[in-house]
Amino acid sequence: MTFTPSKETYTGKVYPVSVGTAPHEVVFGGENILPFHTFEGSSPNRPLIAHEIQDVPPYDWPEYLQKPFQDVSNDPVSWAKFCQETLGAGAIALRLIGTHPDRENRSPEDAAKTVKEVLSSITIPCIILGSNHTEKDSAVLIAAAEAAKDRNCILGKAQEANYKTIAAAAMANNHKLIAMSELDINLSKQLNILLTQMGFDKERIITDPMSSALGYGLEYTYSVMERIRLAALTQNDATMQQPILADVGLYVWKVKETQASENDVPQWGSLEERGIAWEAMTATAFLLSGAGFLIMRHPKAIEAVGKIIDELI
Amino acid sequence: MALTGVEIFKLLPKTNCKKCGFPTCLAFAMKLAQRQASLDACPDVSEEAKQKLGEASAPPVRPVTLGIGEKAVKMGEETVLFRHDKKFVNPCVFALAIRDTLGDDEIKNRVDTVLHSEIDRVGQKLKVDALALIHESNDPVRFGSVAGMVAGMAPEVPVIFCTSDPQAAEAAGKIYSDKKPVIYGANSGNLEAMAAVAKTNKTILGVAAKGLEELAALTEKTKSLGIEDMVIDSGARTAKEILEHNTLIRRAAIKKNYKPLGYPIITFAYRDDSLAEALIAGIGVAKYSSIVVLNSIEQWKNLVLFTLRQNIYTDPQVPMQVEQKVYKIGEPTAESPLLITTNFSLTYFIVSGEVENSRVPTYLAVMDCEGLSVLTAWAAGKFTASKIAQFIKESGADSLVSHRELIIPGYVAILSGALEDKLDGWKVTVGPREANGIPAFMKTRMS
Ligand code: SF4
Repeated sequence: MTFTPSKETYTGKVYPVSVGTAPHEVVFGGENILPFHTFEGSSPNRPLIAHEIQDVPPYDWPEYLQKPFQDVSNDPVSWAKFCQETLGAGAIALRLIGTHPDRENRSPEDAAKTVKEVLSSITIPCIILGSNHTEKDSAVLIAAAEAAKDRNCILGKAQEANYKTIAAAAMANNHKLIAMSELDINLSKQLNILLTQMGFDKERIITDPMSSALGYGLEYTYSVMERIRLAALTQNDATMQQPILADVGLYVWKVKETQASENDVPQWGSLEERGIAWEAMTATAFLLSGAGFLIMRHPKAIEAVGKIIDELI
Repeated sequence: MALTGVEIFKLLPKTNCKKCGFPTCLAFAMKLAQRQASLDACPDVSEEAKQKLGEASAPPVRPVTLGIGEKAVKMGEETVLFRHDKKFVNPCVFALAIRDTLGDDEIKNRVDTVLHSEIDRVGQKLKVDALALIHESNDPVRFGSVAGMVAGMAPEVPVIFCTSDPQAAEAAGKIYSDKKPVIYGANSGNLEAMAAVAKTNKTILGVAAKGLEELAALTEKTKSLGIEDMVIDSGARTAKEILEHNTLIRRAAIKKNYKPLGYPIITFAYRDDSLAEALIAGIGVAKYSSIVVLNSIEQWKNLVLFTLRQNIYTDPQVPMQVEQKVYKIGEPTAESPLLITTNFSLTYFIVSGEVENSRVPTYLAVMDCEGLSVLTAWAAGKFTASKIAQFIKESGADSLVSHRELIIPGYVAILSGALEDKLDGWKVTVGPREANGIPAFMKTRMS
């Protein structure tokens, strides 16, 4: 019984998506294989990790996560520059969390101004995220999309409740779009179909099946991602062939394991190393299940995941 | 390839004597095909059929148990490639590497760390399961004496002996001959000698090769020497190799029922940087390793790895629900706020995470709404004023707090009037709609 490896040939392919403008444009996606299965097909582009910054100081982040940014995080422009110049970021994800009515409740005009300033201070690609308040996001992201016109940004997130306005804004200003639904492959599929039905180019969508943190629902996200990838590749389902986003930092940095001090939970060991590892492991799991685009926070976690990607490709 | 029910039926006695507990041979054959019965149940089956069926009906990844007694760990028996198809069966074993070149005190320290590695997470006790003794001294006597030391300190902890020297293997193996350790280190150069040691001491044999083809040839040879319990190493060390080899091994076993690679996989995740090692180990956990050997096991790293293993090996069939009850977040007192939400696991995870974030000790009443989120549960008539009122009384939430204020999700603000009618003497406060508004909400209440 000699061994012949059983290689799969996949019928489908993930769309490549570009973000940013030449000469700093970056492409991710484009593979015709399950994640990193380069022994049976091709994966021309490396997964992209965007460094998250925010429009307001991140006072709700754990102290040791605030620390690397302590000199820059009170100003989104300095923060963005710091990521590009000092940390060597491949992309920036600007989260306009300060527009949330329960936070600083910043206006769409203020948000647009921040977007403009940040964009004029960096050359790397930019992802523009709302505060995940479906109504407010509609207004904020329209203003933000205009302010970023023709910079080929990724705008997000469009959800079932607000996709029409946000998709229209992305279309009018030449941006890519994140389509998010809540942990259900059919909902992801349906939202992609709704978007294409309104004339949005399906190859300009990035699917966000909703992330989660290690220990807090990671397995659901993991399996939804795997199922989306299998549908795209083995069933050649054209409504599931978008690259997948894992919005890692947002979920990781609020769980107890990244917050509780070693004094409170001695059996959990060093808080800082634990938190960084929590983010890096969550990200690694999602890379394995299908994410081609990650949004993360801690520079050390990003560095460690970057090295793992080097080793996997 | 696995046989179908009809193919199996052709090999049975066809007397329908019922001794197997099934009404007909065909019914029994069908159960065998689904791996829900064992051939042993039929006393009259021929030797020839036994051989053919034994091969075909054995699980695609051979079950192998490492160690004995309470701390023994089962490996193998996996049936799928993707966890959404069916639950992954036997969680990956974590082992700490201990080199025999270390001083005795250091060795004792490391054994001690393993003995005290247990952490409780959501009701499961998780720990580093095994020790891997690495023969680096080149001295079989030293290896044997370290094995003796470990046996004295941690007699119940399963051990993997890593050596390619048959003499060292024998020195350690004889100390553990009734304890089912792994002797890892059979390769193309020493196979006969190592197989003999494994056989005399009734151990599992670890077979190491360079590449999958050589590995398959070696396990075949090992089997012909009368050894069935093996763990296999294809030589994969980088992330890319681990993913590729483990995937091809699992695929061959599951899809082709290819026996020579149907064994639990051992992965060495060694990295100088502990975080990098954790991530490599994570790839092993997600991608089919049955044993992962680590250089270091800091507490933070254990928690990360145990949690990942728990997540990956969770049963995907179990609905996304948490148990209905009043959860304590922090250490709430009778004056602490009382919140209510539904039992959709993600709703629970997100809400409890945000309450945690607010650093305000809280009672979180989680009501059984068949795993629906707040809005859907309300729309489906499962999260209504009367049901909430009933739950608050029956769950004993009303006796946990001395105040009479219930905070409901903003999405069901519409319920507050009706709920105040049903809950006599209670004040109903409308909380934020999205969970991420909870910290700000709690803060304004406190001030
Ligand atoms: S015991 Fe064997 S011969 Fe008898 S019914 Fe069952 S399978 Fe058939």
